[in-house]
Amino acid sequence: MRTFLITAGAAGLAALLVWGLSGLPPFGSYPGPYGEVLNSFAVGERKATDVVSAVNFDYRAFDTMGEEFILFISVAGAALLLRKVEEEEHDSQEESESEDRQPGRAAPPTSDAIRAFGVALVGLTVLFGLYMISHGQTTPGGGFQGGVILATAPLSVYLAAEARTFQRIAPHDLVEWSESIAAAAYVVLGLAAVVGGAEFLRNVTPLGEEEKMGSSGNIFWLNLGVGVEVAGGFVLLLSVFIREALERRLRRESK
Amino acid sequence: MGWLQTGVFLLVAASALGVVRTKDPLAQSVAVSFYGLVLALLFFLHQAPDVALSQIVVGAVALPLMILLALSKIHAQDEERKQAGEEERK
Amino acid sequence: MSPGFLAYAVAAFVFLCGLWGAATSRHLVHMVICVGVLQTSTYVLLLAIGQKAGGVAPVYYGVPHDLTAVDPVVQALMLTDVVVEATVVALLLALAVQAHKHAGTLDPDALPRLKG
Repeated sequence: MRTFLITAGAAGLAALLVWGLSGLPPFGSYPGPYGEVLNSFAVGERKATDVVSAVNFDYRAFDTMGEEFILFISVAGAALLLRKVEEEEHDSQEESESEDRQPGRAAPPTSDAIRAFGVALVGLTVLFGLYMISHGQTTPGGGFQGGVILATAPLSVYLAAEARTFQRIAPHDLVEWSESIAAAAYVVLGLAAVVGGAEFLRNVTPLGEEEKMGSSGNIFWLNLGVGVEVAGGFVLLLSVFIREALERRLRRESK
Repeated sequence: MGWLQTGVFLLVAASALGVVRTKDPLAQSVAVSFYGLVLALLFFLHQAPDVALSQIVVGAVALPLMILLALSKIHAQDEERKQAGEEERK
Repeated sequence: MSPGFLAYAVAAFVFLCGLWGAATSRHLVHMVICVGVLQTSTYVLLLAIGQKAGGVAPVYYGVPHDLTAVDPVVQALMLTDVVVEATVVALLLALAVQAHKHAGTLDPDALPRLKG
């Protein structure tokens, strides 16, 4: 019954989609003027050679603020949903203690090769993430991409079986605070223009020289803030998913 | 459109169908990773390097990771439930 | 229909794939992934709309600034879309984990009705 319904509905929708899509301009002949205008002005006006970044963090920076807060709220929501109540935590702690003693329950120790490789990867990951964030305005990349790359650094530490180190380099409070402060910094930078009498999120920082790090004024600083926020958000998300395994491992290490 | 672009478009369609048709979520996490890479290739071939980069980090790293972690959490909950059931029976 | 219509057809096909998968799914995690696939159809559509014959990527690093480039606005939209997809999937997965915790099952048909 359900298959019949969805097949009929999907067939109707498919017909509508094909009808609608055939009214679009043919592939390869985009007629819109906005793209042309931005392509010809963004480099001169904002010293940003990556026009996509210029659109995201300057011309449509208000939308990106919305996007950033979607990310912020959904991380908070996931953390809230997966948070354990104090009482429950107590119960499951006892249970997992007994689980640990069951045969076949404890994970085998991580091999030295994975440890060495995982730790060696951290420096490279951090460097690449920072490069990606700081060069968002000149070459492809930016805060969102670089932030996720940065967030994988603590993860590879975790995978290299250094549960204690994971907690030391990414303590929960620090991650939470830096995420929130970075998210707020976006709004503060936007309001700085308002204080100066201009529109919200108008460029207030020096534009610098094109094709150089730190150029393009606000685009660079907003990328930096978004990078920290995204990295913090993903680390937070990962740590709420792996918290139980982490606790179990920490107990085993302290034994 | 060149033959390379045409081929990658068809590959995108095929892998999307593949992801949906894979019924086991564990296998699906690998399929999603592959699909993300194919999409990134498509973006790269169509002059969208920015989007290709974020598709790689999101589609090929973040999504499968979150799916795997969610599945492991679900598995742990199943075990706990089974254990609780056994204790009740005793 | 031009040969370029293939791009739009693929977008429609991916959309229908995701929709069909989500509607016939028997597993909540599977369903979440299908919704993610459904969302990727918008990237394909936006990518196809912004194409310009002979256009280069809208990145003018080390190239003359008067080259014809494809549309940067749709690419900015796609970028937003990709990030939002990741966060939406994260939230939906957290919901699925929570549903499993309370109901002990991941079959959407076997989930108990909402209680007030």
